[in-house]
Amino acid sequence: MADPMRIRAQASGDKATVRVLMSHEMETGQRKDAAGKTVPAWFIQEVTASHNGKPILNAEWGPAVSKNPFMQFAVKGAKAGDKIAITWKDNKGDSRTDEATVS
Amino acid sequence: MQTRRETIKQSMVVAGLLATAGFPQYAQAAFNKVGFDAKSIQDAVKAYGGGAIAESKDVTITGPDIAENGAVVPLGASTNLAGVKQLLVLVEKNPSALVAMFHVSDAVDANFLTRAKMGQSSDVYAVAIMADGKALFAKKEVKVTLGGCGG
Repeated sequence: MADPMRIRAQASGDKATVRVLMSHEMETGQRKDAAGKTVPAWFIQEVTASHNGKPILNAEWGPAVSKNPFMQFAVKGAKAGDKIAITWKDNKGDSRTDEATVS
Repeated sequence: MQTRRETIKQSMVVAGLLATAGFPQYAQAAFNKVGFDAKSIQDAVKAYGGGAIAESKDVTITGPDIAENGAVVPLGASTNLAGVKQLLVLVEKNPSALVAMFHVSDAVDANFLTRAKMGQSSDVYAVAIMADGKALFAKKEVKVTLGGCGG
């Protein structure tokens, strides 16, 4: 199982800025190992975010997103104490969900 | 003896079967394989239902002028237009142009920041696909001193 994500959600005015740092290898499928064999692609394909249980964001990523991906977005109408949950799913079917409270 | 009409009917049945069976590895998720396999900006945009791309100053792409490390290039896409359906981040000279796609909903700002890998110096694009299928883009040149796609 993958390491937890680091999520920081900060309210400012009528919206909250959410910064997510995920822990993932993000192999492109283009690299070769020492023996000259191609390292198979392994990357996050889908990222979803929800605000107090309501889905707000759905993203699709390709292998060109950097290793240990970072993502930032702003949620309208989120205030301190609200819950932001992020879920990712990779091309091997692994997934992980983490939740953070807006501060 | 098979008539032409029968032949056509049979081939249509086969085509229908193929369409429903599909390719299971692609059918499992909503993941847009076509979009992420696309080599050019226009093909990737088309895979998400966008039309011909047109430059617009209402869409912005942010990124460094020179990226020292191509493995981690911070790129941001944003727009202040209403009626945006999807925001795409693309790197023109990567093996597959599309980096990330964000579905824009009413609950979030159409302003996303992420980090991408770049194999070489290239133009980076932010494309906003509008609800009516129009595709508006902004581009910026990013010079990479060290490639990020291994090798």
